[in-house]
Amino acid sequence: MTEPLYRADALTRTFTTGGREVSALAGVDLELARGGRLGIVGESGSGKSTLVRLLAGLDRPTSGQVWFEGREISALPERELGFLRASVQLVFQDPRSSLNPRMRVGQIITEPLRSRLVRRQLPADVDHQQRLEEVLTAVDLPPDAAERYPHEFSGGQRQRIAIARALAPKPEVLIADEPVSALDVSVRAQVLNLLTDLVASAGLTLIVVSHDLMVVRHLCDQLAVMRAGRIVESGPTQSIYADPQQDYTKALLAAVPRIRGTGGPTQSRG
Amino acid sequence: MSLLEVSELSIEFGRRRVRALDGVSFSIDAGQRLGLIGESGSGKTVTALAIMGLLAPNAAVSGSIRLGGDELLGLDERELARRRGNLMSMVFQEPMTALDPTMRVGRQVAEVLRLHAGTESGPARERVVEILGDVGLDDPERVADSFPHQLSGGQRQRAILAMALINSPDLVICDEPTTALDVTVQAMVLEKLDQALSVSGAACLFITHDLAVVSQVCNQVMVMLDGQIVETGSVEKLFSDPVHPYTRGLVATARLDQVQPGQRLPVVEDFYAGGRQ
Amino acid sequence: MKRAQLVTGLVLVGAVIFAALVSLVWTPFDPIQVVPGQRLHGPGWPNLLGTDGFGIDIFSRLLVGARTTLIVGIISVGIAAVIGVPLGVLAGQVGGWLDQLVMRVSDVVYAFPALLLAILLASVFGASTLTAMAAIGVASIPAFARVARAGTLQVVASDFVLAARGAGTSRWGIAVRHIGPNIAPVLGVQASVGFATAILAEAALSYLGLGTPRPTPTWGNMLRDAQQYLFVAPLQAVWPGLAIAVAVLGFNLLGDGLRDYLDPRLRELP
Repeated sequence: MTEPLYRADALTRTFTTGGREVSALAGVDLELARGGRLGIVGESGSGKSTLVRLLAGLDRPTSGQVWFEGREISALPERELGFLRASVQLVFQDPRSSLNPRMRVGQIITEPLRSRLVRRQLPADVDHQQRLEEVLTAVDLPPDAAERYPHEFSGGQRQRIAIARALAPKPEVLIADEPVSALDVSVRAQVLNLLTDLVASAGLTLIVVSHDLMVVRHLCDQLAVMRAGRIVESGPTQSIYADPQQDYTKALLAAVPRIRGTGGPTQSRG
Repeated sequence: MSLLEVSELSIEFGRRRVRALDGVSFSIDAGQRLGLIGESGSGKTVTALAIMGLLAPNAAVSGSIRLGGDELLGLDERELARRRGNLMSMVFQEPMTALDPTMRVGRQVAEVLRLHAGTESGPARERVVEILGDVGLDDPERVADSFPHQLSGGQRQRAILAMALINSPDLVICDEPTTALDVTVQAMVLEKLDQALSVSGAACLFITHDLAVVSQVCNQVMVMLDGQIVETGSVEKLFSDPVHPYTRGLVATARLDQVQPGQRLPVVEDFYAGGRQ
Repeated sequence: MKRAQLVTGLVLVGAVIFAALVSLVWTPFDPIQVVPGQRLHGPGWPNLLGTDGFGIDIFSRLLVGARTTLIVGIISVGIAAVIGVPLGVLAGQVGGWLDQLVMRVSDVVYAFPALLLAILLASVFGASTLTAMAAIGVASIPAFARVARAGTLQVVASDFVLAARGAGTSRWGIAVRHIGPNIAPVLGVQASVGFATAILAEAALSYLGLGTPRPTPTWGNMLRDAQQYLFVAPLQAVWPGLAIAVAVLGFNLLGDGLRDYLDPRLRELP
């Protein structure tokens, strides 16, 4: 069996605010193979966002280790993390605050290509303009979008810009932190379809963080349910939905609002 | 005569006369629960603000809004303030910004009571603790003594619900009240809202973009698109057999459970192609 | 309404600049040469605003005084910004002990009135425009540092900076491309307020004899000269006072107007 793409061992992360210690992660173990699609489900305070920031190298654990492609990343200094930054990109929840309001869209999208750290990992002849056009097309936005500012776009379009930015350096892993939670229900399908297509066509490994079980069911084949900084249940999505073991998982599934007169997620035709 | 009657309501903003609502008409009977579904920018929040008299000064409003037979449009601020929190109340989306961070929660809820009922502070406190308990808060005494930042999102939203219900209004308007909450908390808040409305007999206008949520709370629902109402009907009928193409698109796109994981989800544009991005 | 603000500010500041430029090539009368027979004439012809105690045309002196006003404003704000802003951004980005150090030092300087500094410099180097500018500039550094730091803290907490880190952008890159443009509006307002403050401070210092010495006119020392004749020729004090007020108002309006005008988000509103 080949080495898993990601491995995490006994991760903890404690924050100290105003003299109090808050434990965001209390011991998390994880393994993810290349090409896998992992959903991390939990409510606020579960630690899911903290976990993915550790996986993306944007934060350091208080204790524990993370390996990416066999290299331990939690103790590496920033200047040696180029390989991680080029391979792992993050899409954030709120499209209103994840794009610099004073930068044009074209600049925003090509930023990963311009950092010295990432450039070293890319082939020397990457044409920024060409790549920009490629990703704009991939996310179904017109080429003239590059000259405009974020506020000129709707929430759904801005989220697509964020996805385009993540795709620019041709990463291997896409981590989406609540990718559709801030969007209207009517617009979510577009972004979800986009993610599904991109993962398939670019062979991406996907990690989706969400409190929305239906979103995770649609995008992921593996699931990890988090609560209070720990993973309480994990396994293939289908089996967890069909037969949840933990009470918390059952409670989460039961709480999903359903359109009256229809069955819940466990009774779907899918 | 219905409790709330809105006829031919049209609203334009600013010098450029941006049209937010275009001839909207609907009515709500006493005790009825009416849902209003639409996307951001469809005009649903503007409708709520118009009823409450909370629109920005650069809004040009025409048409009629009658509450209990009285015309609301054109009333001066004093007359409107008399009705707000009393005959009609509103629950907003963001619990953190709807509460004054420098005031204890109990005091804020009591303020609404004292404003309209003129209750003395002793009995007011009792009533406040009572209603905080009614909306499902454990340890309502402690919640009443807390500042907003000391409470969780769900607790804050329930406190706001308490503020909206304390004077037993005839009409409660909820604008995306659970959108910012976790799914288990949302389920609980919706249940408490349902109970509180049943007990008080208040009517409710429930605004949201989430079809599943509206179907839990309401029996009738209207669909708003670009400032107009395109379809109205009972929750069962609208969701099982929608007529307008836009509604059909909305219902199809919201049913993630109907689609095989990894397959293409239907989008609204598959059913309705009119001017949306 | 916002346009009116900007336009009014531009007009007023433009008038001051115009006066200063004109004075470089022409004034109605000699601004320095004493004219014994013409003392204390009231406004009229040929001296539009009258003459002062030395018989010199007030209008001419006012025009020349505009030069000093602008130079003092530019240099002192320049000093304060060039030193204060990088310090503030550094403190905000790096945090920790560096932040504490910068803030405490800035507190000390803040507590030091520009006046005291000016007296110190004047006693060592002799009173001049230069010492006044240096004193005002140094005394204004903490305000700029503080505003820059507060703005930086806010920007650094946003998702788009996190995304920039995820893209591999260096700290320097983040400071220049993300923090800079987003704190620029608030710094612009600070600069215009600083300009106005500098003008008032220079006037005060000159009035006290710690700024530009006679015979070179500045609006501040014109006020000082006018003081002796306050009951005999009160209008003599009004003209420089009015000039100061116009300049201060102009810069404040310009600052506010520019800030609103430059914000891409507000550009679209009617």
